[in-house]
This record gives sequence, C-alpha cells and structure tokens, in this order.
Amino acid sequence: MDLEQTARTESLRTEARAWLREHVPARPLPSLETEEGFAAHREWEALLHSGRWSAVSWPEEYGGRGADLFGWLAFEEEYWAAGAPGRVSQNGVSLLAPTLLAHGTAGQRARVLGPMASGEVIWAQAWSEPEAGSDLAALRSRAVRTEGGWLLSGQKTWSSRAAFADRAFGIFRTDPGAAKPHHGLTYLMFGLREPGVTVRPVGRLDGKPAFAEVFLDEVFVPDEDVIGEPGQGWRIAMSATGDERGLTLRSPGRFTAAAGRVTELWRRAGDPADTALRDRVADAVIGARAYQLFTAASAARFAAGAALGPESSLNKVFWSRYDIALHETALDLLGPDAEVADTAWAEGYVFALAGPIYAGTNEIQRDIIAERLLGLPKGRR
Amino acid sequence: MPFLLTAEQREFGRSLDALLTAADTPAVLRAWAAGDRGPGRALWGRLADSGVFALAVPEAYGGVGPLPVEAAVACVELGRHAVPGPVAETLAAGALLAGTGGPVAEEWLPGIASGAAVVSLTLEGYGPYAADADAADAVFTVTGDELRLAPAPGKPMASADPARRLSRPEPGGAPVAKGRAIRPAARAAGDWAAFATAALALGCGEELLRATVAYVKQRTQFGVPVGSFQAVKHRLADTLLGLEFARPLLYGAAVELAGGSPGAGAAVAAAKVSAGEAGYAAARTALQLHGAIGYTEELDLAWWLRRARPLRDAWGTPSVCRARVLAG
Repeated sequence: MDLEQTARTESLRTEARAWLREHVPARPLPSLETEEGFAAHREWEALLHSGRWSAVSWPEEYGGRGADLFGWLAFEEEYWAAGAPGRVSQNGVSLLAPTLLAHGTAGQRARVLGPMASGEVIWAQAWSEPEAGSDLAALRSRAVRTEGGWLLSGQKTWSSRAAFADRAFGIFRTDPGAAKPHHGLTYLMFGLREPGVTVRPVGRLDGKPAFAEVFLDEVFVPDEDVIGEPGQGWRIAMSATGDERGLTLRSPGRFTAAAGRVTELWRRAGDPADTALRDRVADAVIGARAYQLFTAASAARFAAGAALGPESSLNKVFWSRYDIALHETALDLLGPDAEVADTAWAEGYVFALAGPIYAGTNEIQRDIIAERLLGLPKGRR
Repeated sequence: MPFLLTAEQREFGRSLDALLTAADTPAVLRAWAAGDRGPGRALWGRLADSGVFALAVPEAYGGVGPLPVEAAVACVELGRHAVPGPVAETLAAGALLAGTGGPVAEEWLPGIASGAAVVSLTLEGYGPYAADADAADAVFTVTGDELRLAPAPGKPMASADPARRLSRPEPGGAPVAKGRAIRPAARAAGDWAAFATAALALGCGEELLRATVAYVKQRTQFGVPVGSFQAVKHRLADTLLGLEFARPLLYGAAVELAGGSPGAGAAVAAAKVSAGEAGYAAARTALQLHGAIGYTEELDLAWWLRRARPLRDAWGTPSVCRARVLAG
C-alpha cells in the first residue's frame, strides 16, 4: 500500500502546473452565476481547450488527454491549487460526455464533444420537474413520436445556469403506458433556443439569476439526439450517476485547496485563544485529507475492476456537508467582513448550501446508504 | 497508486478475525476485569504467534517490523473483538525500544515480539496514566532524554472501561537508557500509540455498528422492524459515514509512518481524532438504538460501549490531535 504516483501522472501534473501558472487570470473572473461572468468563464473554457486542458479524462481524439482517474485527480489538485476559475462546462464535461462515451453513437460523439470541450456549446441538465424532485421517476415531461424524431412538452426546473446555457440533456417520458414509472423514459438532448422552448430565470438564494425553469411546447428533437435506445433512459441516466460520477462530481483537489486557504486565513486573522474555531480549522484540514484519501482508495478499487455503486452516496453526503462547514468556518474567521456578499468565500458559501439538495438530496443518499450498504429494510420514505 | 490492502494483508485480517471469533472475547474480558489475567494472557500469546506484537519490533530483535499497515489491519481486528490489555502500549514500546537500542532493547524486544512480555508505558506530553500497568511485565517511563523502568506499576484505578485499569507508575528507578536517541524514540512511540489506538477505536466502532444494524433488523415495534424507520436508518448511515472516512486517514497515516515522513505525526493525529470520534459516535448510536437493553451490563455489547470513549481520549484527546494537525 502506498500513495506513489506513476511517472505518467506526475508528468501530467508538472505540465498542468506550468500551464496554469502562465494562464490563470490574475484577478478572479466575475461570478459564474451572472451573464457577464458566464461569458467570461466561457472564454476561459476556450483558453483551457487551446492548451488541451478542458477535458483531460476524455480520449485524445475528442480533445482530451486520455488521463485515467489518477491523472484526473492530479490535474484537479493543480487546477484548484492554482486558483483557476469555476468550470462553466462541468455538466457537459463530467456528466453528458461520459454518458455519450458509454452509450452514445460515434456520430453523436463526433458532433457534440468538440464544441463542448471548447466552450462553444455549454450544456445544462434537465432532470427535476415541479412534481418530480427526489422522486425523479415521477417525471411527466413527455416526448411524443413524430416524423424523424420527437416532440417534447412539459416543464423542467432547477436547471443550473440554463438561463445562459446553449443546450440541455435529460430524460423524458416516451411510453406513458409502461408498467413502472422508471420504464418508458428516454434520454435526449435539445437546444435551449429552439422554437417552443421558454427559459425563465429563477433568482437563487443570493438573487443571482443563473438557475432556470424550462418550459417545452412541442419542441422538435431529431432521432440523432436520442442517447441509447428509447425506453432505456432511466438505466442510462443511473449508470452515469454511479461509478465514476460518484468520484468526479467534486474533486478532492478543490477541497484541499480551500482547506489550505482557510488555514492561511486562520494564521493571518485567527484569535489563538479561540480554540473552538481553531478546532474547526483543523477539521477543515482533516476533512480535506479524509476526502482525498477516501477518493484515492475508491479510485484504486475502481482501477482494479471493482464497481463503486452505492458507496458514491457516502461520498456525496460527506463532501456536501464538509463544503458547508468549511465555508462557515471561513466566514467566522472573517468576522464582520463575513457579511460582505461579493467575496469568494460568501459566493462559495451560497454555492455550498445547495450541495445537500442537488444530485440526490442527502436524505435520499442516507436511505441508499442504509438500505444498500447496511442492508436495512425498505420503509416509507 | 495502489492505496489498497494487498491480498496477504486482507488475509492477515481475516485470520485474526477467525482466531478472535473463536476466542469468545466477552468471557476473556469478564475474567480480565475480575483480575484473572490467565485467559487474556493465553489469547495474547495466540495473537503473538500470529505475529501481531512483532509488527513494531525490528528483525534484529526477533520482530518483523516496522510494518504499520499490517499493524493497522491487526489493531482494527483487535478493536472489533475488544481484546483486553495494553495492546497499543506494547506496540508503542516496540517502537520506543527500537529507537533507543542498547541493552534494554535486547532485553525486552524479543519478548514483546514473542508475546512473552506485556508492556505499558507513559510518555511526556501525554496523560500520566499507564494503561493496565498492573497486568504488565514492564512499565517504561520517559522523561527528557532518560528512559526508565518503573520500580512498581503504581496503585491501579478503575477506568470507565472495566476491562482497563489506570496507574501512575511509581517514580524513580535508574535510567535504562539515556542520550540523544531518547526523544525521537519517544516521539515515534507516541505516534505508534496514537496510531494503534486509532485503529482499535475504528474496530470498536465497526463492531458497535454491526451489532446495532443486526439488532434494528430484528427488533420490531408498531409491527415492523425499527430499522425500517428513516430516523433510525439515517443515524446508522451517518455512523457508517464517520467510520468509512476515518479508515483512509488511518491507512494514510500508516503509509506516512512506513515512509518515515516528517508529516507522520500530523497524519496520525488526523487519523486519531477521526477514528476516535467515529468510534465514539458509533457507541452513542448503538446505545440509543438498542434502547434500554443497551444501558445494561448484561448485554455483551457493553464492553464495546464503555471502551469507545477511553479509546477516543487515550494518546491524544481530539483537541490535542486537532492542534497537532495544524502544527503540521
């Protein structure tokens, strides 16, 4: 047992560090959650792509570097340690792209991945609906067969950054007569500026507009934008939420860098007599290390051929809870300045607050942990 | 980056589990607590035959160490089965004497490795008590750059865990080693003691969780297993979460100890606070979810319930460990 990296991983790390040192903007970009900031982050994606850093884990033919999980983890450590901007293309790069690589056609990969990697097309997710949140299989938005494709109708909601994004992906009901709610669903991609689409920005808790509701009224989707077989949407969507997704949704590098910044803040501004706050700073450091090592162990098991499955629920509850605690600690260290809203810590705090809610609420994740890892009986939710 | 146990290491853990499952540790614990050390010493001997106490002792002295990863595997199993006696202290004494060398090392290390010598110790910077000193063959104390063999174990006091006793070793005795090697050896011993205690705490928590999950599956109220209630499930899910995120910190510390890294002390402290807190949280969960039966000494689980907090606090309380993490 050791934590040594292969020469390939270390060389990727060294190259990434040098490139980032040269290219990361000296001043933070405007908030990703505003129109101006979205545009600035899109330009950053193009710059990343020019250095072939926008999707390191993709195959080289699509603009990636074919990095394995360890290479990706090392890149992420360097990326966040360098203070690089948030990733506006994250939904596409880390969720839709793996789905296309696993279930898409060669034509879809050729058509979709290039513009995704360069930031030319930014993707939003379209899963939740007003009546289908934790109970996602209750979704009602439908896709009805038409000549050469499908007509989408219904409403999707809580779609992050859909207000500014170009296209979206999600699952739709194609067989309303199917025996079970999660049967008869189909995974597909659609344009957010097509006829019949109305995007209504919804201000999030801090008033920033980048969340949206998406209303669909007979929006045409050609057959070539259906991923996998019609009716298989649930299985395809779930395969993307297990395994690697559990590891790649939030990289440890992000928290290692943030814990480092909290520690610096403590050394600069902390009151040595306030041992309660000091303990929370220590917990930020310990939690980042725990998450990093937990991920290293999961990645090693995955590389050795094991399926990860429900343990990704442990991972999600851990980082989402940790992220809030880390930001609360930072805000407490800022004292009266914690209230100032346009700081990186304040923005990060508002972002962190959503963590226990999205990507499967932590309550749902705890049900999964209890039933699938501990073998407890199913009960009423 | 194989941050994974090897097949041999996993097999080592399984073989200790089998040995300890057959040993009926609750009976051993009851005898040990009543002052009858026979069954405990016999079990200690069998564990030594499996190589457990040789893991911190170098080959030159009849050991196989230092092998911290294997020591973590072993101590998790010993913790899961609540093996009585100064396990962490004996392993730490191995590291201490390996660092000092000299006649005292030649005298005691082979016996530690073979299981013939059960050892306790105190170190500067930790608590004043030597655990189970009254059951030990030797009690070492370190002050400054002097290592002493305590002339007597001191009067034992009861611990919150009835299978453990605390003594302040009688002061005095001539130094058995002194000089510049003592302080680094004592630092290494403190790291090993905290590291082994973290592993014992993790194992203790694992058993508390296992027993509680089994209980809530079979205990019915309102006509259904209480384990089907969300309030129960979520508490158990959080308990598992705590243990599963302490585990990689423990093995991360093992890797640092094995590599002699300067960050080993901080890594051990991170593992200690996390495993100690997770084990204790498991005890609180176990007590609550067992209900009144959990609040009795008639349930064997009481041995684990009473142990979790002493393990959390021994060789570095959470607060001490957190300070150490920040000190780097």
